[in-house]
Amino acid sequence: MRLRNVVRTSAFRLILLYTVVFALSVSLLLSFIYWRTVALIDRQARETIESEIRSLAEQYQLRGLLGVAEVMDQRVKQPGNSDHVYLLASPSKLPLAGNLEAWPDTLDDDTGWIPLTVVKSDEGQLIPHTNLARTLILPGGFYLLVGRDMHERGKFRRIVLEALAWSSAGGVLLSLIGGIVVSRRMLRRVETVALTARRIVAGDLTQRVRGNGSGDEFDRLADILNAMLDRIERLMAGMRLATDSLAHDLRRPLTRLRSRVELALLQPAAAVEDREALADVLHQADAALLMFDNLLKIAMAESGPMASELRRLDLTMLTRNAAELYEPVAEESGIDFIFEASAPAMILGQPELLAQSVANLLDNAVKYTPSGGRIVVSVTATATTATLSVADSGPGVPAADRERVLERFVRLDECRSSPGSGLGLALVAAVARLHDAQLTVDDNAPGLRVTMTFTIIRPEAARADDRQAAALTADEWLRIPE
Amino acid sequence: MRILIVEDDAETAEYLAKGLSEGGHVTDHAASGADGLSMALDGSYDVIIVDRMLPGMDGLSLIRVLREEGRATPVLILSALGQVTDRVKGLKAGGDDYLVKPFAFSELLARLEALARRASAEAKIITLLQLADLKLDLLARTVSRGGKPIDLQPREFLILEYLMRHAGQVVTRTMLLEAVWDYHFDPQTNVIDVHISRLRGKIDKGFSPPLLQTIRNAGYCLRAPA
Repeated sequence: MRLRNVVRTSAFRLILLYTVVFALSVSLLLSFIYWRTVALIDRQARETIESEIRSLAEQYQLRGLLGVAEVMDQRVKQPGNSDHVYLLASPSKLPLAGNLEAWPDTLDDDTGWIPLTVVKSDEGQLIPHTNLARTLILPGGFYLLVGRDMHERGKFRRIVLEALAWSSAGGVLLSLIGGIVVSRRMLRRVETVALTARRIVAGDLTQRVRGNGSGDEFDRLADILNAMLDRIERLMAGMRLATDSLAHDLRRPLTRLRSRVELALLQPAAAVEDREALADVLHQADAALLMFDNLLKIAMAESGPMASELRRLDLTMLTRNAAELYEPVAEESGIDFIFEASAPAMILGQPELLAQSVANLLDNAVKYTPSGGRIVVSVTATATTATLSVADSGPGVPAADRERVLERFVRLDECRSSPGSGLGLALVAAVARLHDAQLTVDDNAPGLRVTMTFTIIRPEAARADDRQAAALTADEWLRIPE
Repeated sequence: MRILIVEDDAETAEYLAKGLSEGGHVTDHAASGADGLSMALDGSYDVIIVDRMLPGMDGLSLIRVLREEGRATPVLILSALGQVTDRVKGLKAGGDDYLVKPFAFSELLARLEALARRASAEAKIITLLQLADLKLDLLARTVSRGGKPIDLQPREFLILEYLMRHAGQVVTRTMLLEAVWDYHFDPQTNVIDVHISRLRGKIDKGFSPPLLQTIRNAGYCLRAPA
């Protein structure tokens, strides 16, 4: 991780931006404080000078020049008054009393306020001090000057400027360090995601992004990415399987079809046999078409739900509908067929795909249950879930194969002889995923028990929707866009 | 029947025309939606077969304009799109039936017959269906033959009702699945056959003549022998 990479991260840039904003706000604050304090110092100095010069003028009124000079001397000698400046000058501006050596040659404006620079010796060094002074012409033409050393104000400015410089420098340094640390951390997290992504791009779809378990935004991103990767992997696997299967399984009926036609052509024209051959051709073509249909439906279910197609429906009613279709078939085969359901179970679903899933489960059950066996179809609802269960007393599926039978075109060897495409349970699995339903394939001891568990929707909402359950209502009819 | 075929695919159109003329029908063919519309407005057809995907004006627009012009000629929509919403859109546009490609020709023939018959029948409210000595009371939900009451399961009743409403016509397994179960897919097992044989056991067994007949490679037909 080179420094250049760190500097180029967005975190670093963000922190740099914050530093600039921070420095700007500190200088703004300090300038404001400085400006207000200086104004206050100035005002106080002016007020003191004003009152002093007035009291000196009063002394002049009362006691004449001598009185003024006396008071001036007292004030100069008073301890702590070293920054006070006084001067009494003759009409020709010759100094008469006070601690200023000469009348300043600064031009007097009309206000009487003048800037004044006095050179003082501080620890053996001569330093010019800025003063603020007020002049007044006394009756008789004498000049009076009272001033204050404003050096403190300059000191204060230096302190403020220093504080500004130090805080800015410190802030910039700290945020630079912080920026580098934060950016390095972020870069490291991003780097792990990027590394995983690179491995996936290289072809290893099983790679997953690892979070650090803190549950922060990177962990959440990792979770979402992993969920996305799971889905992509599943789709890829499904697609690969579909293409593989298309090559193998769909070729079977089409090959048979072809050979049947060829045979029919080889035979001398004989109406009855021709018709039989053609009927068989038709049958095989239908089988191939049915496979295509089911593959398309599975692909559709796996590509996710279209919002407009999901609606409230009663799983009980939907299942009863299918049960009433298969019951006579089961009974005809000498199978005991039982349907158990009590209350309506309202779920959000795609009616057609769900109906076909239930039909597929019943179809399998009827197909694999021997005469004298038993099929139990039930819908049970709890406060939060609705479970559809189809249990038969057929040969069942060995534990090792229970995951596998949900895949496309997987047919257990024992069933190869019976008709079927190997797509029935794959469609059920895809439809279960589409509905976020939990699908289980269990041992019914003996036999197979398949359950689909759906999330139920609020019973109060469900009751009002009972009517909509079986077929499209007039209202829904109108809601489907043209 | 005079049938108009609006279909842009020449091969499909030829297949349709050939099959329909062999079935004793007269057909006209339009290869685009605009041609189809003008022919439908000009000629008097018993049924119109419209492909959904057509160049220029699509099948649904054609039907909409036809209905706006006040023509009630029954329309059967042919389409490769077979989802519920596709069917609903087709029927909402004014189509009378919807058949998804690929289809069995016997299925198409049966549906065209049903459409033409429905159009000629008065739209009156029927409460009693009758064929020979078989009676089905829609209000009392009872069935009797030769005066003897017959006990039917609810689904058997619905199947018989559909067959009686289409008496004399071929009714396919798919038509029954759609009408009685609202299923628009074919279950792998021939479940309908079992329902029919049970129904036959109730309405034909012990009575003469048999009314419920199986039409090979097509479906069933409820009719009194001439």
